[in-house]
Amino acid sequence: MKKIALLGMPNTGKSTLFNRLTGSASRVGNWPGITVELLSGKILLGNEMVEIIDLPGIYDMHGFSEDEQVVRHFLHDNLPELALIVLNSTQIERQLGLLLQLKQFKLNMIVLLNMADEAKKLGITIDAKKMSEVLDIPIFLLSAKYGNGYPEALKSITHTIQNSNTGTAEKVRDLLEQDEQIEREMALVLKQTVQIPSSMSDNLTSRLDYFMLHPWFGLPIFFGIMYLLFQAIFVFGQPLQAGISELLTWIRVTTVAPLLSNLPVTLQGLLLDGIFNGIATVASFVPLIILFFLFMAIVEDTGYLSRAAFLMDTLMERMGLDGRSFVMLLMGFGCNVPALMGTRVMRSRSLRLLSMLIIPFSLCSARLQVFVFISAALFSPRAAPLVLFSLYILSFIAAIFTALIFKRYYPNNEPFVLELPPYRFPTLRQMVMRGWHEVYQFIHRASKFIVAGVVLVWLLTNLPSSATPASVETWAGILGAWLHPLFAPIGITPDLTIALIFGFVAKEIVVGSLAVIYGLSGEALSGTLALQVDWVQAYSFMLFTLIYTPCLSTIATMRKESNSLGFTLFSIAWSLLLAWITSFIFFQLARALI
Amino acid sequence: MNEYTPTSLPLLNPGETAVIASIHTDEALYQRLQAMGFRVGKQIKMIRKARFSGPLQVRIGTTDIMLRKTEAEKIMVQV
Repeated sequence: MKKIALLGMPNTGKSTLFNRLTGSASRVGNWPGITVELLSGKILLGNEMVEIIDLPGIYDMHGFSEDEQVVRHFLHDNLPELALIVLNSTQIERQLGLLLQLKQFKLNMIVLLNMADEAKKLGITIDAKKMSEVLDIPIFLLSAKYGNGYPEALKSITHTIQNSNTGTAEKVRDLLEQDEQIEREMALVLKQTVQIPSSMSDNLTSRLDYFMLHPWFGLPIFFGIMYLLFQAIFVFGQPLQAGISELLTWIRVTTVAPLLSNLPVTLQGLLLDGIFNGIATVASFVPLIILFFLFMAIVEDTGYLSRAAFLMDTLMERMGLDGRSFVMLLMGFGCNVPALMGTRVMRSRSLRLLSMLIIPFSLCSARLQVFVFISAALFSPRAAPLVLFSLYILSFIAAIFTALIFKRYYPNNEPFVLELPPYRFPTLRQMVMRGWHEVYQFIHRASKFIVAGVVLVWLLTNLPSSATPASVETWAGILGAWLHPLFAPIGITPDLTIALIFGFVAKEIVVGSLAVIYGLSGEALSGTLALQVDWVQAYSFMLFTLIYTPCLSTIATMRKESNSLGFTLFSIAWSLLLAWITSFIFFQLARALI
Repeated sequence: MNEYTPTSLPLLNPGETAVIASIHTDEALYQRLQAMGFRVGKQIKMIRKARFSGPLQVRIGTTDIMLRKTEAEKIMVQV
């Protein structure tokens, strides 16, 4: 199949164009010569199927960042029949350099000068026809966002790809360091074809930045925006999640359960409480991920994410992170899964890994449910809010502590030089596409793992079949008893250990598992719990729940995003160790003092 | 400030404009800065500085860029 590669700098609207070209028919896949996955989509052009590959945005063909190497290695091993070069018209004088570098590779190229509408507003006039003649490359002005100029460009793409054969590939590495020639050529082309007003100022952006990056108002505005985002995800997300869960329960009761009613009880349990519940777990994340990325698309595409990075950088630099890590850490307080996926905006691998290591300590909404239930059961109405607040503080402390310990193992050697693009508002289409892509990837990547994990825990808590489910006679119970020497010093009873095993799947089911373990629910469960454990044990249990592995979905996401089993196992081991140490110190101190 | 001696970029005050005189960085940062538009002879304007030795925002041509003070210190400018 013929290949079209999309190439360009970051912030050129390359992804928007990719979405416009491929619609929603895209997937992530592996390519020879490179280790990261790339987004690609197959579309019909003229009368043949063509694969379009979205390459990472790069500044420089000769650069040494991870992305720049990915692009070079991709071109080296997968020479495309056509390269679509996407340039940002508003920064044409800076972007032309990359085009001229690419031109030296003698690929079949078509150049798309994107954001032509914005350039026009800024008073930049580009004579595309003349530029096309000077450079001897087809060049089109377009707006990928609104679609202006798109049909003409698509026609030319179709025509070129139909008549293409792979060009003679000169080896990428042979063409290094010709910057001086490029600079001369650049100046010449610019002089002949582009007029830029002498004093460029995007007034709106400058005025917005005055407030957004203000030394005093900047941070309050940032936290205000984060708070609103957070609230919005909650306000819209929770009813949706509840709706999906009701719908799945309804399907289970009316369709799946009757269908399976003739099967042996254990098999029924496996299919319903194992596999069906696993699928339900995956489904329950879908609304959260869609909403998260709808809002992330706004934060990122408006240009605010770089501003947030600017605001938080002073503090985060000391922890070996940057401002964007902080945004993701905050987002983790809603749900760790999309926050982990969101770290993709960071291009440096060690920075990403360090961020991924601290995000699971964010006290997500699922853990909040557990804490609300237990603190209401064990603490007075006056003390309970303080208990919750202390857990939020400890969540931050665990994250900061982890970053400080491990920052030297994840040295961030990529220079932190970030563009602050002008503020723009993404179209609804861009936002929806983004949400859809992320959900698709989450389902595609994480669902098998999550279902398998849920099934495993079901087996542990239900076998052997002679045992009462979730009791001490089950494998989980035996495991709990076996682990007792480890959990006794932190005040966690064998019953609660089983709940922690359930909690490995998802924190949402911890309270439910306590109900199964004690055979009680609601008020009666709170009452029994208050008799079984004292507040010191309960707080120790909450500390452990806060810090150890958040859920299977987080593990599955981390595994896929880090592309490293070793890192994932390390993250699990570290969080278990930190959880144990924290609970141990608290429990032993509290016992000694009280 | 002496008009003829280059000074390091973070010493510019917000609103001041200067010309890049030299860039003293390792290869990787040099490439990145070049691609962002940092070239000797280019005009650069200091837009703002974050407090507590935080990052700087500068403007080169049509592009606004943030960079850390430690990295900016490797760029010499002529006022």
